[in-house]
Amino acid sequence: MQEHDLSFVRAQMAAVEPPPVAEHGIGPWLRKNLFANVTDTVFTIIGLVLVVMIVPPLVEWAFINAQWSGTDRTVCATIAQGGIQPDGWSGACWAFVEAKFQQFMFGRYPIDERWRVYLTGVLFIGLLAPLLIPSVPRKGLNAVLLFVVFPVVGYFLLSGGAFGLKPVATPLWGGLMVTLVLAYVGISVSLPLGILLALGRRSHMPVVKLVCVTFIETMRGVPLITVLFMASVMLPLFLPPGTSFDKLLRALIGVALFASAYMAEVIRGGLQAIPKGQYEGADALGLSYWKKMNLVVLPQAIKLVIPGIVNTFIGLFKDTSLVYIIGMFDLLGVVRQNFSDASWASPQTPITGLVFAGFVFWLFCFGMSRYSIFMERRLDTGHKR
Amino acid sequence: MKTILKALLGSAVVALLAAPASAATLDDVKAKGHIQCGVSTGLAGFSAPDNAGNWTGLDVDFCRAVAAAVFDDPNAVQFTPLSAKERFTALQSGEVDLLSRNTTWTISRDTALGLNFAGVTYYDGQGFMINAKKLQGINSALQLSGAAVCVQAGTTTELNLADYFKANNMEYNPVVFEKLEEVNTAYDSGRCDVYTTDQSGLYAIRLTLSSPDDHIVLPEIISKEPLGPVVRHGDDQWFDIVKWVYYALLNAEELGVSQANIEESMNSDKPDVRRLLGTEDGTKLGSDLGLTNDWAARVIKHVGNYGEMFERNVGADSPLKISRGVNALWTKGGLQYGMPIR
Amino acid sequence: MATQQTIAEGAAPRVPLLYDPRVRGIAYQVLVFVGLFAFVYWIIGNTAANLQRANIASGFGFLQGRAGFDIGDSLIQYSSDSTYGRALVVGFLNTLRVAIFGIITATIVGFLVGIGRLSKNWLINRICLVYVEVFRNIPPLLVIFFWYFGVLSVLPLPRDSIALPFGSYLNSRGFYLPKFLWGEGAGLIALAFVLALVFAWFVRRWAYKRQMATGERFPVLWTSVGLIVGLPLLAFIVTGFPLSFEFPALSTFNLRGGVQIRPEFLSLYLALSFYTAAFIAEIVRAGVLGVNRGQTEASHALGLRSGPTLRLVVIPQALRIIIPPLTSQYLNLTKNSSLAVAIGYPDLVATGGTTLNQTGQAIEIVAIWLIVYLGLSLATAGFMNWYNARMALVER
Repeated sequence: MQEHDLSFVRAQMAAVEPPPVAEHGIGPWLRKNLFANVTDTVFTIIGLVLVVMIVPPLVEWAFINAQWSGTDRTVCATIAQGGIQPDGWSGACWAFVEAKFQQFMFGRYPIDERWRVYLTGVLFIGLLAPLLIPSVPRKGLNAVLLFVVFPVVGYFLLSGGAFGLKPVATPLWGGLMVTLVLAYVGISVSLPLGILLALGRRSHMPVVKLVCVTFIETMRGVPLITVLFMASVMLPLFLPPGTSFDKLLRALIGVALFASAYMAEVIRGGLQAIPKGQYEGADALGLSYWKKMNLVVLPQAIKLVIPGIVNTFIGLFKDTSLVYIIGMFDLLGVVRQNFSDASWASPQTPITGLVFAGFVFWLFCFGMSRYSIFMERRLDTGHKR
Repeated sequence: MKTILKALLGSAVVALLAAPASAATLDDVKAKGHIQCGVSTGLAGFSAPDNAGNWTGLDVDFCRAVAAAVFDDPNAVQFTPLSAKERFTALQSGEVDLLSRNTTWTISRDTALGLNFAGVTYYDGQGFMINAKKLQGINSALQLSGAAVCVQAGTTTELNLADYFKANNMEYNPVVFEKLEEVNTAYDSGRCDVYTTDQSGLYAIRLTLSSPDDHIVLPEIISKEPLGPVVRHGDDQWFDIVKWVYYALLNAEELGVSQANIEESMNSDKPDVRRLLGTEDGTKLGSDLGLTNDWAARVIKHVGNYGEMFERNVGADSPLKISRGVNALWTKGGLQYGMPIR
Repeated sequence: MATQQTIAEGAAPRVPLLYDPRVRGIAYQVLVFVGLFAFVYWIIGNTAANLQRANIASGFGFLQGRAGFDIGDSLIQYSSDSTYGRALVVGFLNTLRVAIFGIITATIVGFLVGIGRLSKNWLINRICLVYVEVFRNIPPLLVIFFWYFGVLSVLPLPRDSIALPFGSYLNSRGFYLPKFLWGEGAGLIALAFVLALVFAWFVRRWAYKRQMATGERFPVLWTSVGLIVGLPLLAFIVTGFPLSFEFPALSTFNLRGGVQIRPEFLSLYLALSFYTAAFIAEIVRAGVLGVNRGQTEASHALGLRSGPTLRLVVIPQALRIIIPPLTSQYLNLTKNSSLAVAIGYPDLVATGGTTLNQTGQAIEIVAIWLIVYLGLSLATAGFMNWYNARMALVER
């Protein structure tokens, strides 16, 4: 053992030097990011003009001029329109949203029974949150509770008719509640169905393949409205006389089938990206088809396409608003329906209602997309080339 | 796995196929314990849910009358709100047993669509409504050339409108919406100058506008719109029941039997009243219909006679305040004529 | 190797029939086929029984019947005396119209926003980000309602129309433009325009050949613009200005004359364009980011300035990434145009719905919808695949 002379190694850290003045602080940041050259400056000015044109009027409309409480349209109409506001006034009519809030959330669900919706909501959040937080253990049990037990409990809670609960017919359901029911069922049906369809499309059995391809391409080739029309107008013709199908159920079937076709294509993308060696390796281990898929291929494939899957979920969530066209009242439908309420009719009411509905939809969709980015980062095992 | 599932589904489907399709609506209705009644998605006075979610209106009361005749319970009925587009398939497919949804009786609907109209609960005609405050000086439909007209898609209204303007060599600009409430909002927001639909509907809709007093209904009636309950072709017994419930309502009004005096009328010794209420000895009128003999008495007891239904929902006792007009009994110069019950 | 094969071959016949993958495969397929067949048979049986019971005649004969209803917005001659078939054609053309205009606008806005997202300018970058995140996360139906109820229906009534330049007006009944009335000799102008186009094409070909042969360049763009603008203008002057305008004017109810663009069309078109543009922006951004930086650097090293670099190196490669997802966005826009029914724009679904209601021919109408939309999808996909194949990397 020979001792090294380490005297050239610094024993203490050097003091941190301040960043160069030209690169630090607001001025250089502005120069670098906004006024780098002539074109950049021009663009910045155009951008500033845009911002000034949009933001202050928006803030003024949504907050400063807005009416926050009131009992009817007079607070949101100008004098010429029969209200109390000065002429030329323009502001959000949040009083309308406040007055109709319960309806936006529950539709015409009987007021005495609304605790059931709250309870369902609490159960749902209670089961969903631990599933979404990666560090909480017992994911398997949790998933079973959320996707097997919860639908049964939720069904009886919401529609009643058993265990001494008063039955509440689905035409009385409405608002955000219907949107969420549609989205929940659509998501939990379309993912497994989409996986099956994708596997079927890549199957070596020609009949299975043909059936899956036909289904997927037909569903993807037509607008959701026609599928919903088919479900609402034609389904009764396809079934034996007297079979009555709940309208909500029909919409659910339509939305779920539609989304599963899109889901299938996303999953197929993932399956195609898995190298052939993985399939062959699983075969070499003597795994059966389903074991091969469940243990080797699908976990990798699904991880690859998480952004696509979440995008499909977001699309499905947005598509639930179309059930309004076949006469059901989801959040957007209820808001739209309330435009014709004479006691609140004013030029500001529709836009306020739409901004509110848009904000709610946006919250959900944006939340989903953020979560998907988070999951993608977490599951990234660094195999990307 | 999937294939097995599909196969199972297929066999289940085949098993279902074997289940016999029954033809007798009355038996079906009795078996399930309620009548499934198709109504509109919301037209004040005819069928609209109130704030508590209960359905009210003339069309709704007719459904209740049939339920009362069959079950002695006006609440043994469930309502399916239907759009104009859905209503016929819903009836044809058996989703509803009875369609009581301000539906106009026409020959093509009676024949090509396989429907049976059981009567005319409301004689209506298509009219026009305008905003008199904005369009001063217009007091006839013949001055409407060039106007934008709001109308609901897929109704006879839409066809009559086209015919009327064509016949009078006038132009118009159709603004067509799928749903009634969409037409209402469009008209209220000034998207069109004129609103056209059945006159009863115009009166009902006027009430829901933001300033009802600004709007007037023009005097012209451009069409005949007999509105009534509809059943499917091919089940004569059920057709008879619906038809005679309607006639019983008219006869009761004619004979002066009402919800208020039904108890006394049960003891009446007038032969007409006794036949109607089934208090005649050995009567078979009700049982021949497939119901009990006090069927008409049940109807009057629970929903009242036609006049009471009318006044309560669209007439003097309602916000609509529509006068009886042609809907008065034939004895009072109207068109409502109940076939004799004997 | 050889011994293994012998073993395998020797073992093969001893696999029980139940575990032979081939036999299983066939059995599964037979099961699926039988199940599916039974299901379809059941549905057809039910439908036939239901139709017969309801006394509905099936078949497409109803298309020849008189429609009896009017359509507000039509590209071809249509009145209530026309047939149902024609009404459906009117609807189809309306669908096409809004889809084509929507696709063009969405592409332009989408490309601008997408490039803006890549801008080093912080402000532009943020504005584009906000735009994309807002529109991507709300339902298209809501955007349509927003334009229709929030913007266009609160405009003033015809009497108080907002006057815009060139005799056009904006009010709650839509956007009114003056109508061009072409007089005699207008054909000559059109002819001149076509001629100019042909000339421009020849000039371009000649210039390309010359550049290939001699390396000299020729200002093709300016020559073409000059030709395309100049020739028709010359014809216009020669024929003595055969153009007059019909201006919209106020009558009892509406503005009359001129060209009216109805608010239903406007809101659908604007909503679809702005909604789809957000998706196109993300596609464009991904496409440009997908081009290797080395390509740009190599191009600079070859002495190309940033304009030609973008035009000749980056964009052609980015387009390869962009086109497939762009196709599906175009299809989505076309399919979303069926939301027209919610605001009363007479597209195929709306006119079909009315026809369905008047005739009761539910199955036929839905079949027409499916065939038309599937056809449009296949046609668009086919065209874009052809374009994609042309743009694809030719590997040597």
